[in-house]
Amino acid sequence: MGNRIVVPFGPPQHPVLPEPIHLDLVLEDERVVEAVPTIGYVHRGLEKLVEKRDFQDYVFIAERICGICSFTHSVTYCNAIEHIMGIEVPPRAQFIRTIWMEYSRMHSHLLWLGLAADAMGFENLFMNAWRLREEILDDMEATTGGRVIQGSCKVGGIRRDIGDEKLGEMVDHLKKIRPLLEESNRIFTHDQTVRHRMRGGLGTLTKEEAWDLGAVGPTARGSGCDMDVRSSGYSAYGGTRVQTGHPPPHGGLSGSLPRPLGRGARSSRPRRTCGGKDARRPCRRKGEGQSGWRVLCLLRTAPPWRVHALHKGQRQEEHRPPPVRTPTLTNIPPLVKMLAGIDLADVPVVVLTIDPCIGCAER
Amino acid sequence: MPLFTMVKRALANVTGKPATLMYPATPAKRYEGTRGHVVIAIEDCIYCGNCQRHCVSQAITVDRAARTWEIDRLRCIICGRCAEVCPKDCIFVEPDYHPSTTGPAVEFVQGPPPAPPKEEKKPKAEE
Repeated sequence: MGNRIVVPFGPPQHPVLPEPIHLDLVLEDERVVEAVPTIGYVHRGLEKLVEKRDFQDYVFIAERICGICSFTHSVTYCNAIEHIMGIEVPPRAQFIRTIWMEYSRMHSHLLWLGLAADAMGFENLFMNAWRLREEILDDMEATTGGRVIQGSCKVGGIRRDIGDEKLGEMVDHLKKIRPLLEESNRIFTHDQTVRHRMRGGLGTLTKEEAWDLGAVGPTARGSGCDMDVRSSGYSAYGGTRVQTGHPPPHGGLSGSLPRPLGRGARSSRPRRTCGGKDARRPCRRKGEGQSGWRVLCLLRTAPPWRVHALHKGQRQEEHRPPPVRTPTLTNIPPLVKMLAGIDLADVPVVVLTIDPCIGCAER
Repeated sequence: MPLFTMVKRALANVTGKPATLMYPATPAKRYEGTRGHVVIAIEDCIYCGNCQRHCVSQAITVDRAARTWEIDRLRCIICGRCAEVCPKDCIFVEPDYHPSTTGPAVEFVQGPPPAPPKEEKKPKAEE
């Protein structure tokens, strides 16, 4: 048994980390015995800001909780307010929100798949994933007006409609992208480099551990928990065929890699069913807000994850900062568990498998 | 076999067209609905200050007495909320982005002097 030393991993910058998280790794020789995470480098106080802004303006701020999964945050916020005020959102708006959420999910997954490849040092694959992401972003920009910060959700509905013609174009475009996505997935599952890097069940979490430690989203699904917030049927997910559940085993590849793959594969499906389906009703409905009320709310997800929404409407005097809890926060305990017992050189790859979005986690 | 999964893609990338645009030579992609920057048709403005109150990033300043409308381009997040709340619909979001800058980017718009016949109501609101 060697001496134990503590190595700071990312204090808070580290080449592999897209965002600042600090891990104190207790090492015995090259082996990690324990990891102690620290967050708090990018806290922006966005929850506090909800007290100062009009509830309809806050949608834009809610969206900026994350710079990748932004649309989901605005929908979560709007859902919370609609729930408090009892506003019914027209079905077409629900469906269009769902389409955008799925697009958001796709580009978020692709971004993250790229980063995971980057963590392994597979730059070619990284660029490839981001190139595919760009295609998704193009459609996002054409329909919402923004590439990653969409700003197209509002309390009670959506700000922009998507014309039927454009919907058709989007479906055609997706059909074109799909084989490319599948090809990219195949590289992740079958390529020698990737398989070698993830060998020996690196970062595996058993189903029980994942459940006990509160893993959510793909981190939980990769461990075999059947957990997908879309199956709760929020927005228009009730009316679409969404495949939930954990990804099938990929060619004997064990460990943490099935997580990303499940994402990529699953993401390319549900949108087609959203297509031209629903009622041609107007997309907007004005929310009749009472001016004395402001809203405390929010708590939910980023695209790959589980929705967790707690809402609370209170009189202005009774304000408390609203709790926003994003999936990265709940995925940190599983991460710590995964890090125990692996080699120092594998830490970057394993950290990236939970899709660490620290900006979300700290708000 | 697993050694060559990436090769096909890599060869396609090497021989194919670049996925990126040669930006300054080729103009950036832009769509009809792209939110690029905010403009105002100052002649229609009634200086109510709604845009200023609702501006999420506090980029807009409206001075009713001096009849001016001011926007800090670097603060503006181009959410389009000002255009939405404008009672006269005189704020628009244009699809092209502002060129990058190193200095301050405050844009100052001076409104025309008030038209004489409309004066009956306006002075009251000003006081």
